[in-house]
Amino acid sequence: MPTLRHAAALLPAFLLPAVSRAADVSAVSPEWQPLAFSVFAAIILATIYVTYVAAKRVRSASDFYTAGGGISGLQNGWAIAGDYLSAASFLGIAGLISLYGYDGFMYSVGFLVAYVTVLLLIAEPCRNIGKYTLSDILAYRNDPKLSRVFGAISVITVSTFYLTAQMVGGGVLVKTLIGIDYEVSVIAVGILMLAYVLFGGMVATTWVQIIKAVLLVIASLVIVMLVWTPYGFSLPAFMADVVGDAKVQARVATLLGDAAKTMTPAELGQRFLEPGLYYKVPIDQISLAMALVFGTAGLPHILMRFFTVRSAQQARKSVLWAMAIIGGFYVLTLFLGFGAAHLVGPASIAAVDAGGNMAGPLLAQFLGGGPNSFLGNFFLAFVSAVAFATIVAVVAGLVLASASAMAHDLYVGVVRAGHDVPASEQVSAARVATVIVGALAIAIGIAAKGQNVAVLVGLAFAVAASANFPCILLTLYWRRSNTGGMVAGMLVGTIVAVGLTLVSPNLTYPKAVRAAAHKVLDAAPAKRAAIDAVLAAPDAAPATVQKARKDAAALDKAVAKAEGDLKKVEGEETSFMGLEKPLIDLKNPGIISIPLGFLAVILGSLLTRDRRAESTWNEVYVRQNTGLLINTAAKH
Amino acid sequence: MKSTPTVDWDAVIADPRFQTLHRKKQAFLTGLMIFSVAYYFALPIGAAYFQDFFRIRVWGVLNVGLLFALSQFVVAWLLAFVYERRASGEFDALAAEVAAAHLKSGV
Repeated sequence: MPTLRHAAALLPAFLLPAVSRAADVSAVSPEWQPLAFSVFAAIILATIYVTYVAAKRVRSASDFYTAGGGISGLQNGWAIAGDYLSAASFLGIAGLISLYGYDGFMYSVGFLVAYVTVLLLIAEPCRNIGKYTLSDILAYRNDPKLSRVFGAISVITVSTFYLTAQMVGGGVLVKTLIGIDYEVSVIAVGILMLAYVLFGGMVATTWVQIIKAVLLVIASLVIVMLVWTPYGFSLPAFMADVVGDAKVQARVATLLGDAAKTMTPAELGQRFLEPGLYYKVPIDQISLAMALVFGTAGLPHILMRFFTVRSAQQARKSVLWAMAIIGGFYVLTLFLGFGAAHLVGPASIAAVDAGGNMAGPLLAQFLGGGPNSFLGNFFLAFVSAVAFATIVAVVAGLVLASASAMAHDLYVGVVRAGHDVPASEQVSAARVATVIVGALAIAIGIAAKGQNVAVLVGLAFAVAASANFPCILLTLYWRRSNTGGMVAGMLVGTIVAVGLTLVSPNLTYPKAVRAAAHKVLDAAPAKRAAIDAVLAAPDAAPATVQKARKDAAALDKAVAKAEGDLKKVEGEETSFMGLEKPLIDLKNPGIISIPLGFLAVILGSLLTRDRRAESTWNEVYVRQNTGLLINTAAKH
Repeated sequence: MKSTPTVDWDAVIADPRFQTLHRKKQAFLTGLMIFSVAYYFALPIGAAYFQDFFRIRVWGVLNVGLLFALSQFVVAWLLAFVYERRASGEFDALAAEVAAAHLKSGV
């Protein structure tokens, strides 16, 4: 299937879950795998125990969806961090920095800044007027049934994109780390996650996220301490060593190609700290930044976390804690990424996984004493287990958000609308929906094996920023906003974001792939001849010979890759969408789809009349600002 | 039977104390939001169009671009801190005052 099989290098690696180009070697060698499994088992047993304890507390729909509103701000802050720091961001960003330097770090900034929007505009009003889901907020002013249907569709769309990326990324990650089969690891992630959500609901999900976030921060802190201590905690001294590293300089030379020939080693190293090694199209960086900063405020599984606390003050506290933890973590990625580049080396990192996702785990192994030491493998196993817990925790949050949209919005709010649905039936509906979503997640994860699903995480952020964010923001803050606007915004935001991605350079275009492959193959004989000439020369200096041998190996690799690419697109002329070339150059649709989403809400609202939206404005506005009658929200 | 509290929403909107809260909050949030967006987008825009400036070395090998990226963390935390001060003090007190004045136990 030629669907989403596009060049992985086109997408920012921080949005990449472990990419499906991982080599067939696992990072942990076979004799150390029992150790890795023990560490995994210990962490999994701890989370199962938490679920067992939590299960006793889940009696009502409120317990199931929002832990009865009994989570504290501090706990929720850790849980938000646990929900947000997905394997993609935690492994991907360290990898991106280790392979591309500055560009990688630049985008880790967006993950924190996104929470300023959440803090200022979204968290407290949502807590004051919502109950369980995003649709509760929309349904307050807009037509309840339409709100629930459109809200649920959007939640399920965004969550499914995100979920698929996590499942596939998780499967590949576990396979790369400890060598168990892809299908087995997808099923393991699915069953564990189902156990947490099904029996423990939001209470267990929250605690799994907290445990995972704490472990992640501890692991990162230990690594950073080991990396940074030798420099007496001096940033310039540490960075000077990175810049002066021959492995880093060689990497920059490879990235720059011909342009590197006139540069000194010192200049090459310094270039690693300058922008432009990864992102080539300026407008793409800005588009991506927009999707990130506004999309976070529309991610259903993050919004849902604000319903687990008692008050707007606690919601505020949650975001402040989350910002401290998430920001602190992303500052640490500076050391994880640059440390891995300096100590392990970009070439060795890319050899295990071309996307760089193994940078963090490999750095841990190196710091512990290398691939043949107990401590090295213990560190690696620990980081791997944290990565595994990360996937399970993020997936659990996503499944809970989707299940709540299905059970609370679609079943209770639409199918059984007007009936007084008893609490026991609501909980059963939630559990049935969880099983359906969980089974789907496992099925999609297995079906998408080998597909590059990186585009889906970017798409989840783009849809959240273009559809959910404008609808929520304007419902909360704009008097004229109404049902017509909400429907228009949801439709336009989702369709434009998905549509633009389908015609973007993210998909595979067989003709372009073929042309690129032919170019490599056509140039190969001349290059080969040049290398052979050097090797054949009787008086060649040893350094020259060595360089020629290296070039020969690189050439072999490039030729093999080009031949592989040709085979993959054999007999195909157009992309999945039937296009010969992309219609737009943008890889992330945000810069077009976000303004269009806002425009749609505004025009839709101005062109239609909706008495209910007008008459409820005063109530919504007072409620969101004061938190009056907070627990009687969403009765509509 | 438990009595359900009720609120006359229109009366709250008309209350001068609520209007003060609304006015102050709106001005404050708009200002912070504009500053946050402007400061953040200066990073991708600078990295794309002002590379020569980002390249200037300032502190050892650390250049303007890297220090500016690091400053984003500090600025985001500062914005959060500034908001927290004002919201937990002035805004919460005003909101509580309005809430107390308008919350009636109904039938």
